[in-house]
Amino acid sequence: MRKVYVSYNSIVSALGFDSKAVVENIANEVSGIRKISDPKLFPTPFYASLVASEAISEAFHQFGATEAYTRLEQLLILSLQHVIEASKLPLNDRVGLIISTTKGNIDVLEKDSPFPEKRAYLAALGNVLKNFFGFQNDAIVLSNACVSGVLAVAVAKRYIQQGTYDHVFIASGDIVSQFILSGFNSFQAMSSLPCKPYSNDRTGITIGELSASALVTSEEKNLAPEAVEILGEASCNDANHISGPSRTGEGLYRSIQSAMKEAAIEASTIDYISAHGTATSFNDEMEAIAFNRAALQNVPLNSLKGYFGHTLGASGLVETIVGMHSLHQNTLFTSLGFSELGVSKPLTIITEVAPKEVSVFLKTASGFGGCNTAAIFQKCHNTETNNQTN
Amino acid sequence: MSTKLHIERYCHIKNSTVSLNGAPLFEIASEDFLTFIKAAYKELDTKYSKFFKMDNLSKLAFLAADVLLKEDTSLSEGEKNIAIVLSNRASSLDTDRKHQASISDPKNYYPSPAVFVYTLPNICIGEISIKHKLFSENSFFIFETFSADLLKVYTESLLKTNKAEKVLCGWVDFDADSYEAFLYLVSSEGTIEHNNNEITRLYRL
Repeated sequence: MRKVYVSYNSIVSALGFDSKAVVENIANEVSGIRKISDPKLFPTPFYASLVASEAISEAFHQFGATEAYTRLEQLLILSLQHVIEASKLPLNDRVGLIISTTKGNIDVLEKDSPFPEKRAYLAALGNVLKNFFGFQNDAIVLSNACVSGVLAVAVAKRYIQQGTYDHVFIASGDIVSQFILSGFNSFQAMSSLPCKPYSNDRTGITIGELSASALVTSEEKNLAPEAVEILGEASCNDANHISGPSRTGEGLYRSIQSAMKEAAIEASTIDYISAHGTATSFNDEMEAIAFNRAALQNVPLNSLKGYFGHTLGASGLVETIVGMHSLHQNTLFTSLGFSELGVSKPLTIITEVAPKEVSVFLKTASGFGGCNTAAIFQKCHNTETNNQTN
Repeated sequence: MSTKLHIERYCHIKNSTVSLNGAPLFEIASEDFLTFIKAAYKELDTKYSKFFKMDNLSKLAFLAADVLLKEDTSLSEGEKNIAIVLSNRASSLDTDRKHQASISDPKNYYPSPAVFVYTLPNICIGEISIKHKLFSENSFFIFETFSADLLKVYTESLLKTNKAEKVLCGWVDFDADSYEAFLYLVSSEGTIEHNNNEITRLYRL
C-alpha cells in the first residue's frame, strides 16, 4: 500500500490568515472567541469565533469580485489558494479535490441573501472551487457532520491508495450563521461563556467559523517541513443515538482501536492526542470513557475549541493541521479554557505550553448521527532517509 | 484483491414503488411521498416506531436499507461489519428549508431540536446503524449526479483493507418535489459483478 502524507496546509481564521500566524497565536494562548452582538445572526449577544468580514474582503479582492462569491466560498478560496501555490503542483487529471463541510452555503437560504437558492446545493459549492482553480476532476463533497474534516483526510488517503489520484487537495469550511446558532441553541448546547472543554464548569459549545486546506499526497519528494504520514484511520458508528454520544464511547473506542491496528502501533506509541472536546457535558464525558478504554488516559491531550470554537465540518482538518505544527515544533499547546477536570475518568489535559519530543499523534472527532473518526499521524523528519530504510 | 466482489442485492424506491432486485415489493397509486412511504412501511412489516420521527430523507434511506438488511440472515448470527456509504445531490436541504422557515420571522420563531438534528445528511446513516446495530465505517458524499465509479472505488477500499466485510452503498436523494433511492449491498457473495457498468445498469432500472 502506498504511503500517504498530509503536507502543505493553510488556515484562514480569526487567529490569522495562514497556518504560521494561527499557530503562533495558539502558542501564545490567544483565542479567536469574542462576544458578538449581531441580531442578524442571533437575537441576543453570544460568544463565537468569527473571521472579520473586512479582513476577508481585503484579502479576497485580488482574486475576484467579492460580490460574486459567498462568504464561505471566499474563505475556502483563500486557504486553498495558499496550499495550491505552496505545493507547486499542476492541476492535472491525477489531482483530486475534496471539500468537507456540514452546511456549505446555508446562509443563501436567508430571505435577504443576494445569492440564488441553488447556491445552497453542495455540488454547486464544489463546482465554484473546481472552476475557480481549474481542477480537471469534479470535487468530491463530504458532509458527515462534525467528523467531516478529519474523515476527508481518510477519504483522500483511500482514493490515493486505490490509485484514483496521486494528490488530493482538501478544503474544509463552515461559517457561523443564523441557521447554526439557532439550531444549537434549540438543543440548549451553547455555552454562555467561551467554551471550557473537559472542565468541571463547562456549559456547552462555542461556535466558530474558518476554512482550512491541506494537500494529501503520495509523493515523498517536496513535502512541507511539517508534513506527516497517515499511519492509520478509521470511522465507526455508535449505533446508539442520532444526537447523543454513546455512554460507553463505543464508536470512538472502536475507531481508535481500528486506526491503531492499521498503524500497527500500541497505545504507548502515541505521544499526543488532539481530541474533539466540544465542552458539552455528554461529549467530553464520552471521550474520557473511550480514551480510558483505549488506555490513553496518560497521553497529553488538548481540545483546540477554546481557540477557534467548534468549526463543525472544518474542525477535524484545522485541528489536524495544528497537530502537525505541534509535532514539527516539538511543542504541546495548551487546552485553552480548561480549569479543573470535570469528567468521570482521568485525562492528561495540557495546561501550559510545553516543549516535548513528539513524533506520533492521534486526532479524533465525533458528531451527530453517531459518527466518530480517529486518525494517527507520524512526522516525517527527513523523508529521504525514510525512503532508503523502507 | 483475493476474492471477487459482487452485488448481493439491490433495492430501488422511486415512483411510488419499492422493489428488491428489480421486482416490485410494494406499489401505490399515490403521488404523495409521505402517504406512499408510510403505506410501504406498513406493508413491508417494518415495525420500528422511531420511523415516524424521521425526516423524509431518513425515512427513504432507512426503508431501502431495511429491505436489503432484513434479507441478511447472517445478521442474526451476531455482529456484522457492514459499512454504509451513501451519496446524494440535495444533502439534507429538504429539512434545512424547514429549519430556516422556523427562524426567518422573529415574530414567529420556533426552531426545534427534533428538526435541526436532521439538517445533516449522515443522520440517516445513524438511523440505519441504530436499527441494525452496525458499529461500522460510514460516510456521506454529495455528487451532482450518481457516481458509480467513486462509490465503487471507495467500497473496494473498505473491503480490501478489511475495514468492512460488506458495504451497503448507493444513492438516496430527497428534494422539494422528488425522491429516489437506489441502495445495493456489496460483498463476495452474489452473482452480479461489482463494476461500473453493472452498478450503472442497476441504478437505471
